[in-house]
Amino acid sequence: MSKESTYIPRNGFAKWFDQRLPLPRMLHDNISAFPTPRNLNYWYTFGGILTFCLVTQIVTGIVLAMHYTADAGLAFASVEHIMRNVNYGWLIRYIHAVGASMFFLAVYVHMFRGLYYGSYKAPREILWILGVIIYLLMVITAFMGYVLPWGQMSFWGATVITNLFSVIPVVGTTITEWLWGGFAVDNATLKRFFSLHYLMPFMIFGVVILHIWSLHVTGNNNPVGVSVKDKQDTVPFAPYYTVKDALSLVCFLILFAWFIFFNPNILGHTDNYIMADPLVTPAHIVPEWYLLPFYAILRAIPSKLGGVLVMGAAIAVLFIVPWLDTSKVRSATFRPLYKQFYWIFLVNCIALGYLGSQNPEGLFLVASRICTAYYFIHFLIVMPVLGLIEKPRPIPESITKAVLEKLEIKNSKEEAKA
Amino acid sequence: MSKKDTKEPSRRDFIFLATGAFAAAGAASVAWPIVDQMNPDATALALSKIEVDISQIERGQSITVKWRGKPVFIRRRTDEEIQMASRVDVNSLPDGNARNYNLTADSSATDENRALDDNKEWLVMVGVCTHLGCVPKGQSLGDAKGDYGGWYCPCHGSHYDTAGRIRKGPAAKNLDIPVAEFVNDNVIRIG
Repeated sequence: MSKESTYIPRNGFAKWFDQRLPLPRMLHDNISAFPTPRNLNYWYTFGGILTFCLVTQIVTGIVLAMHYTADAGLAFASVEHIMRNVNYGWLIRYIHAVGASMFFLAVYVHMFRGLYYGSYKAPREILWILGVIIYLLMVITAFMGYVLPWGQMSFWGATVITNLFSVIPVVGTTITEWLWGGFAVDNATLKRFFSLHYLMPFMIFGVVILHIWSLHVTGNNNPVGVSVKDKQDTVPFAPYYTVKDALSLVCFLILFAWFIFFNPNILGHTDNYIMADPLVTPAHIVPEWYLLPFYAILRAIPSKLGGVLVMGAAIAVLFIVPWLDTSKVRSATFRPLYKQFYWIFLVNCIALGYLGSQNPEGLFLVASRICTAYYFIHFLIVMPVLGLIEKPRPIPESITKAVLEKLEIKNSKEEAKA
Repeated sequence: MSKKDTKEPSRRDFIFLATGAFAAAGAASVAWPIVDQMNPDATALALSKIEVDISQIERGQSITVKWRGKPVFIRRRTDEEIQMASRVDVNSLPDGNARNYNLTADSSATDENRALDDNKEWLVMVGVCTHLGCVPKGQSLGDAKGDYGGWYCPCHGSHYDTAGRIRKGPAAKNLDIPVAEFVNDNVIRIG
């Protein structure tokens, strides 16, 4: 969008159309001919995978809405109706339910890739912030979707999460009753969650367009983190990256299909196959796996208001990451210290996820407090300080040079073997 | 800019501001119904009073009834439970407020201020944990009742005593006591 157009209409009709609506030109410049760094690895294919996930969720969701009934008395039975009576209903519902997990799996890979290669650094701050907004919208959408089957986990998950708002001083109760449309989670709550769950994917779609627009203004970051300097550094998106994205997507779909066809319920919770009962709370309330780290943070803080604030801060801190990282070097490949802290941080996040699934007592509680503290230490102390004290390794002059050097090393190794 | 600031406001400036203010007021007046429609509706408000028959409840037994979509615990306490609750020093409680909507907002959390009747036999409270809204265990005979013999919330580990007061765990407040009264010896009205 910021570059000169390379589109040449092939025939008279194309020329006529281009002068009236340059849609083919936009697609040509931004998809087929879009100059992309030549050294992107497979971690860079998750943007495409995520687009696929969004479309899958929207398509299956629209179909499910044709058979689902958003009513506290009927919702649970209508989901069973989809599973038992609707043609291929079981398949469509499992794609949608497993699809949510796969969507989060892909988004976490995508985010951690950005953290490793410094994709949030200038000039990509807005690109990163838009990504965090998409993630936040995804969390809200997934939470509302989980309420719709109206099982025990749906109901009590909704109760616990909406009660988070009650910690707001003075107006807390008013806000929670406004969210519920009553004095507890009930029919009114279910209906509005359904309406918003249908709306939000389209909001996500809108922000995704802004995200891609911003990406196409700044251009892709790449594994060496050096900006594109001349034409030699790039290849056209098609066919180079369409093929690479396609291969990656197929591998992703194999895992996706394994869950759908062999273990569709492993990521869910059995309690959600019991209909919602407002008078009985299940023994263990846990969110879906992709929200467990935040749940661990919420429960690590011994005060109610504090827990909610710290959990909010855990997402809010992502917005300012571009300004917390003081290093001018983008890629962790050339940052010997940051690279180590990056892996510690990743392990810390996985540990938080595990702790979120356990009862917050004894050693688990101590561990979740340590991990919560480290989560913030990484962003607020490690990131700013490392940029000041770390001595980065020499950075390649250009993408092409980095690629050729790698090739030379590979060739000489092969020669030595021969 | 500075040159413009010193000028007298023109009629055009006035019209611009007046039009903007008019549009803003119009937008706000349309926005309010869209916000307010989400508040509890007439059917939710209509269910705000119930009457409960308590004639079948023996001492040491509890029942759970639904009021405004929430569980309400009604317990007829044993002498032992009443003694346990009365012995506690109010100043040592995490929440010293009675949280009783039948009393003034600053009433202290004594057992007298928690129980419904003068004999302190009847305890009526909203069975919703004041932490994040789970229903505490302790109504059924086999339930875990926590370290203080009252109720225990399994979600995040809050312990309530035999007067429904928070003693240990992440919850900050005692269980709420709703507006309630005896209609006669056998019926309690809640709400």
